[in-house]
Amino acid sequence: MTQQPENLQQTRRRFLRDTAALAGSVALGLSVTPAEATPDTMRAAIKRVVGEGELRQGKVKLDLPPLVENGNVVSLTVSVDSPMTDTDYVKAIHIFNERNPQPNVIGAYLGPRAGRASLSTRIRLADTQNVIAIAELSDGSFWSESVNVIVTLAACVENL
Amino acid sequence: MTRAAAAVITSALLGCAVSAAADEIPLNQRKSGYEMMGRESRAMQDDDLTNPGMFWVLDGEALWKRKDDAAEKSCADCHGDARTSMKGVAARYPAFDAARGRPVDLEQRINICRTDRQKATPFPAESKELLALDAYVSRQSRGLPIEAGSDERSKPFLEKGRALFNERQGQLNLSCAQCHDDNWGQKLAGAPIPQGHPNGYPLYRLEWQTLGSLQRRLRNCLVGMRAEPYSFGAPEYVDLELYLMWRARGMPMESPAVRP
Amino acid sequence: MARALVNVPAKAKRGEIVEIKALIQHDMETGFRVGTSGNIIPRDIITDFVCKYNGQEIFRAELFPAISANPFFAFSTIATESGTLTFEWSGDKGFSATESADITVE
Repeated sequence: MTQQPENLQQTRRRFLRDTAALAGSVALGLSVTPAEATPDTMRAAIKRVVGEGELRQGKVKLDLPPLVENGNVVSLTVSVDSPMTDTDYVKAIHIFNERNPQPNVIGAYLGPRAGRASLSTRIRLADTQNVIAIAELSDGSFWSESVNVIVTLAACVENL
Repeated sequence: MTRAAAAVITSALLGCAVSAAADEIPLNQRKSGYEMMGRESRAMQDDDLTNPGMFWVLDGEALWKRKDDAAEKSCADCHGDARTSMKGVAARYPAFDAARGRPVDLEQRINICRTDRQKATPFPAESKELLALDAYVSRQSRGLPIEAGSDERSKPFLEKGRALFNERQGQLNLSCAQCHDDNWGQKLAGAPIPQGHPNGYPLYRLEWQTLGSLQRRLRNCLVGMRAEPYSFGAPEYVDLELYLMWRARGMPMESPAVRP
Repeated sequence: MARALVNVPAKAKRGEIVEIKALIQHDMETGFRVGTSGNIIPRDIITDFVCKYNGQEIFRAELFPAISANPFFAFSTIATESGTLTFEWSGDKGFSATESADITVE
C-alpha cells in the first residue's frame, strides 16, 4: 500500500465506501443508518458468541458465489467437517457480515441428530464484503471460514 | 445505472456499427433468461418447494374457487378446474379481444372477467390478488410453447410493439433492441444482458424479493434507460408484450420463473 | 396464517440422513428502509424457526434482518423412526406459523 498522508487516504477510502454503500443500499431499498456495521462491530458481535475462545481456521466450508447475481437474495451453504456423533458434533453455526447495517446474519443450532453439519439459506448482502461462518463444536472449540463476496447494483434500478 | 455503466454502454455502442434496424436474434439462437442465471437461481426455480413464486400460485388457487361478496360467481363456477381449462391459455396471451378491438394481456383479461362476468370490482395493478391469479393461470401453461401473436387481427398491434422495441428512447437514446438483440450475453455492470424474453412471467425477481408482472419489469427497464415510462395500464405495454411474446414464439413457458 | 412449503421425504431407511427444506412467506422488513413518508419502516421479521421430530428439537435458528424475504432453510436429520416433523416460525408483531409433514421410516 502506498504511503499517502493518513487523513487523505482515510477520507478517500471512507468516501468511496460510503457512496458505494449508499448506492448499493438505496438500490436494495435499505438505508445506511449511522450505526452501520464495520469490521469492528462484526468483531464485537463475534466476541459475544465466541467469548475469549480462540477462533481457528478450518473445518468450515462457506459456499457463496464470488460475484452475486443480486445482493437481496444470495444463496449460501455452510458445511462443517464433523463426524456428528454423540460425543463429537457441531453445536451451532453462526454467520456474520461486515457491511450490512448490522453484523449478525443467522445463528443455527444443530446437534448429533443432524447427521451432517450442513445448512443452506438465502441472505441479503448490502455491499461487497467479507462474510464469516463460525462453527461451535461440542468440545467448546470454534472454527471459522471467511469469504469475500462481490455485490454489484442491478443494472436497471426500479426507482431513481 | 452508474455513470461507469453508462460509459461502458456508450463506448461499446460506438465501437460497433449501430444499424437503424437491429438484427433480430435467429430463432435457433434464442435463449431463455434461465440459461443465463447462476446455478443457485436455477435451483430455486426448478423446485416448486423452493420457488417463492409458488406462494402466489397457491394464493391464486384459493382465489380461483372463492366467491367475492359482490361477485355472482367464482372463476371455478365458469371455468371449472383450471388445470384443464386454463392449460395453454397464458402461452397465447396477449390475445385479441373483439369487444375492445385490440389485444389485451392476461391481467386485463382477468379483470374483464371480474367486471363483466363476475360483477365484481377489478383488482388494482400489481395487487396481491391480481398477481396471484396471474401466477396461477400462467402456471397452467408451464412447459408449453409460446403461441402469442399469430392472430391476424393482432398484427397491427404487434407491429406497434416491434416499433417500440426498436425505437431509441430516453436520455441515453437507447432502444431495447440495442441491448437485447445486439448485445445479449455481454456484461452490463457485472451482470449478463439477457435476450429479454417474457417466457416466465409473472416471476419472482430477486431484486424485488417478491413476485411481479411484466409491466413492472418493463417500467424498470424504461426507468433504467432514463426514459419516461408509459403510464400505468398504457396500451404500449400490451403492444410491446405482444411483440416480445411473438419474438419468443415456440419457447417453453416457465411461469412462475425466478430471475435476478 | 402465512403460507409455508416444506419438503420432507415421504419414506426413508432407518439411520439414513435425509435433507429437509422449509420455505415460508414473509417480507422480512429489515427496519432500515426509509418509506415514502421519510420515516423508517419499522422492523417486521421472523426471528425464530424450530423444527421438531416427534416432539424433539432437531434444528433451531435465530434469524436477523440479513435473511432474505421468504426465508428458506435446508438442513439434514437422521431418519430415526416414523412420525411427524413439525415446523414453527415466530417473529415480530406476534407472527406465528406452523407446518408439519409425516415421514415413514423402514
